[in-house]
Amino acid sequence: MIISIASGKGGTGKTLVATSLALSLKDRCKVQLLDCDVEEPNDHILMKPDITRNEAVSIPVPKVDEGKCTHCGKCAEVCAYHAIAVLGEYVLTFPELCHGCGACSYLCPEKAISETPHEIGVIETGNAGGIAFGHGKLSIGQPMAPPVIRKVKSLIDKDSVVVIDTSPGTSCPVVEAVKDSDFCLLVTEPTPFGLNDLMLAVETVRQLGMPYGIVLNRVGVGDGKTEEYCRKENIPILLTIPLDTNIASLYSRGVPLVEGMPDYKEDFIGLYEKIEEVVSERSSRPQR
Amino acid sequence: MKEVVVLSGKGGTGKTSIVGSFAAIAKNKVMADCDVDAADLHLLLSPSIKETNEFRSGQVAVIDNDKCIECGLCQELCRFNAIKDYKVEPVSCEGCGFCSHICPVDAINMKECKAGDWFISDTKHGLLVHARLGIAQENSGKLVALVRQKAKELAEKNGLDYIISDGPPGIGCPVISSLSGTSLALIVTEPTLSGIHDMERVLAVCKHFGVPAMVCINKYDLNDKNTIAIHDYCRENGIDVAAMIPFDNAVTEAMVKGVSVVEHSDGRVAREIKSLWQHIDRKLQG
Repeated sequence: MIISIASGKGGTGKTLVATSLALSLKDRCKVQLLDCDVEEPNDHILMKPDITRNEAVSIPVPKVDEGKCTHCGKCAEVCAYHAIAVLGEYVLTFPELCHGCGACSYLCPEKAISETPHEIGVIETGNAGGIAFGHGKLSIGQPMAPPVIRKVKSLIDKDSVVVIDTSPGTSCPVVEAVKDSDFCLLVTEPTPFGLNDLMLAVETVRQLGMPYGIVLNRVGVGDGKTEEYCRKENIPILLTIPLDTNIASLYSRGVPLVEGMPDYKEDFIGLYEKIEEVVSERSSRPQR
Repeated sequence: MKEVVVLSGKGGTGKTSIVGSFAAIAKNKVMADCDVDAADLHLLLSPSIKETNEFRSGQVAVIDNDKCIECGLCQELCRFNAIKDYKVEPVSCEGCGFCSHICPVDAINMKECKAGDWFISDTKHGLLVHARLGIAQENSGKLVALVRQKAKELAEKNGLDYIISDGPPGIGCPVISSLSGTSLALIVTEPTLSGIHDMERVLAVCKHFGVPAMVCINKYDLNDKNTIAIHDYCRENGIDVAAMIPFDNAVTEAMVKGVSVVEHSDGRVAREIKSLWQHIDRKLQG
């Protein structure tokens, strides 16, 4: 079972939900927590894992053998990202623009292009009190998060309940992290910004075609329009968490909610059971 | 002309509430919403859209199944696992076009995508350039660059002094696109361990691209120890802490009313944001 945690708007409580869900389930089953917000990973701050392994993430970028190159320009013509350019007798490569598709090296008529790894980040794995932990970190100044996210997701252990934390927004890093999940939890808050971005996130998960539900955080702030929207769109609100300065204070100190306020553990187990029900009901339905 | 961008690393620290207030305070400026995949600034500025334009960018492969001989070469060579059973999954396709070049029977074409829309709007506080990236689309960095370029053109045409940009969270492609070449980055953080961690990473990105940065601590009274830690970090790294904004429900009340907090109340938050803008204004002129 793979559950991803997304939100649209940032700062609504993805990290709080991901870490507390993982911690609440660890006595029941094998749990893996993967932080796919590789731009700003935060789960490790709350989970304090023992990191036992790290591995660089690279993408293969072109390296041109000037001796073989005839400056025919084929590589520049096929590169969709303008990551290689031929100017007279020179071939220039721009590793930060390269997506590592491999077209230039494969299509070079002189076989003058080989590929060399260009490091864009790192993944780290370890253990956090019985939970298998993994996260990725995009290097400073690197634009492309998806290859690092793919590498974190290559760690997925299908025999575990896998909790995937994601970045805010709705564009490629979120899609990369969320796709192939069995269920997507959308964490939001009942404010106009929260609702606006929730609607975008809902459109995204609908396009990905997976079941989803809402965790409504900081209930008590804002207005009632988010609940109204969920009712109208028939989207289940699976868990509500009140606006509470004690919760904010725990988070500020890096203490997971279910450790600081253990009563919440039952709520997160209940949340998981609701997700399990939706997913098993869906998988028992005949596939078209 | 000076361009200031508001970033945070961590999401939800209060960027848009602060930028919305700057819109109400600052004169002679164009506003730009560079958070193109979850834009919220328009919710505070009640824009009336004057101009809507399509953003076309990126391509996706399409297989003509009548021509396809199911040789499987495209599936074998695609590094993004975007082709399964001789069909392209658009969500996984990176638009590199490799498959279209190697297909032995020319059965694959690249189709240009509509990747979003961008708008020029009139608001009660002046011009706003904003955008909406299509759902699950790539190329947010290119759309951000377009928003900034249009904002710059408008500022030049109208003889305006400032561009004030609301930036996206994170440190990746759209952040780099929002940041590079600006005059100043204001980093809005909060006194949580996550907020500090993420602030340090986005400050490193500012340094990497040579953009001067200053820090604003929002909800500073949430955790005194962490607020002191932010001050210490900034002092050690020669970064100005330009404002300390207290936690106040007035911010959300203003949001619910669809106005900026400085228009909604004259409390401590509003006063602190006003003095923050004066500080930025002096810095940009100095």
